Amino acid sequence: MSSSNKPSWVHAAVLGIFCLGFGAMLALTNELTSDEIKARRIEDKQNSLAQVIPAAIHDNNPVTDVVTLVNDEGKDITVYRATMGGKVSGVAYEITGSGYAGEIKLMIGVAADGQVLGVRAIAHKETPGLGDKINVEKTDWITRFTGLSLGNPPVDKWKVKKDGGVFDQFSGATITPRGVVLAIRKGLEFFDAHKAQMLEIR
Amino acid sequence: MATSYTRIMKDGLWDNNGVFAMLLGMCPTMAMTTSATNGFGMGLATLVVMAASNFLVAAFRNYITTEVRIPVYILIVAAMVTLVDLTMNAWMHELYKVLGLFIPLIVSNCLPLARLEAFAAKEPVLPSFMDGLFMGIGFTLALTVIGACREIVGSGTLFWDAHLLLGPAFQFLETRILPPDTGILVAILPPGGFLATGLLLVVKRMLDLKAGKQIVMAGAHAV
Repeated sequence: MSSSNKPSWVHAAVLGIFCLGFGAMLALTNELTSDEIKARRIEDKQNSLAQVIPAAIHDNNPVTDVVTLVNDEGKDITVYRATMGGKVSGVAYEITGSGYAGEIKLMIGVAADGQVLGVRAIAHKETPGLGDKINVEKTDWITRFTGLSLGNPPVDKWKVKKDGGVFDQFSGATITPRGVVLAIRKGLEFFDAHKAQMLEIR
Repeated sequence: MATSYTRIMKDGLWDNNGVFAMLLGMCPTMAMTTSATNGFGMGLATLVVMAASNFLVAAFRNYITTEVRIPVYILIVAAMVTLVDLTMNAWMHELYKVLGLFIPLIVSNCLPLARLEAFAAKEPVLPSFMDGLFMGIGFTLALTVIGACREIVGSGTLFWDAHLLLGPAFQFLETRILPPDTGILVAILPPGGFLATGLLLVVKRMLDLKAGKQIVMAGAHAV
């Protein structure tokens, strides 16, 4: 290490040169990787959409067929549309529920007739071993919703069993499933309210 | 100072282990060891950053003036972390999806910084690189062991989800040790991190005492 007692501009220059050098290196890396990272991100989106929209019902790429709608809370929702032979056969969008530890982000797929095609948890901070049973890799609880719609079961039964509904809660964790059930119900209501815009072909 | 690679190796792996002797890098140690696989992943990412930044600091050690050395070290560590983050996101995406969460956390780990200050700033390039490498391996081992203990007690499994990190070939590592739903949940919650680390620290010191070693809070080298 160099000894001290140098004029302060030397230190400033040393620090400046290092910042410049590493800054340039990072800029270069960013330049080299940004296209690749963008492509990976689209692939990821495709994979998560593929889980809630069966491949059999569309002949387009839902990632690129999007409409943006505004929900009751004033939030922009990006709706991915699956089309088959020029007609919209299903849509998928992100919904959020409030769990035990903050937001639970879910992706829901809804068929044109209002039936749930599938729901998957995308991101959440629920307790490992309790609340994370909503992950399809841990238990098949979340697949229970496939094929249901707002009338089946009736709206006032869209609750966990503890609240008088039809859906199982987990032993030791009620808040997480309650949040998820409510989010899905609201998601279906959102579909009902914006059905025309979602299914319209422009 | 004459360089002994045996010394560097022993320091990194046991005598001066980042977690169990220096008690550094406690943030990732507590947060990322809810399973053996997570601990291993965090350790691996840290290892790469430590080896690279030790190498760079040693290479530039004659140009970095004492007064600005800390900002320069932080700059180098942060640059390495970002570099690893971007590269993995682009070209090792499957691995990135598992490790991606851990990588930015390395910046908040004071173990790389401590090794730059205590070792790489004074030693030539090759020993510094080896120091980063073995400190990293020691850190990885420590995190994997803590993770394994917490996972066995908390979830009843060992190396669960290893195939996500290491590829399908390593699925055989995934073992269920206790029947499902018998785990003691506290082990995988934050307090479990402190408990497991503390108990393992006791075990390490007992082994050291038995071997007749002195317990010394270490500097650049263990005594």
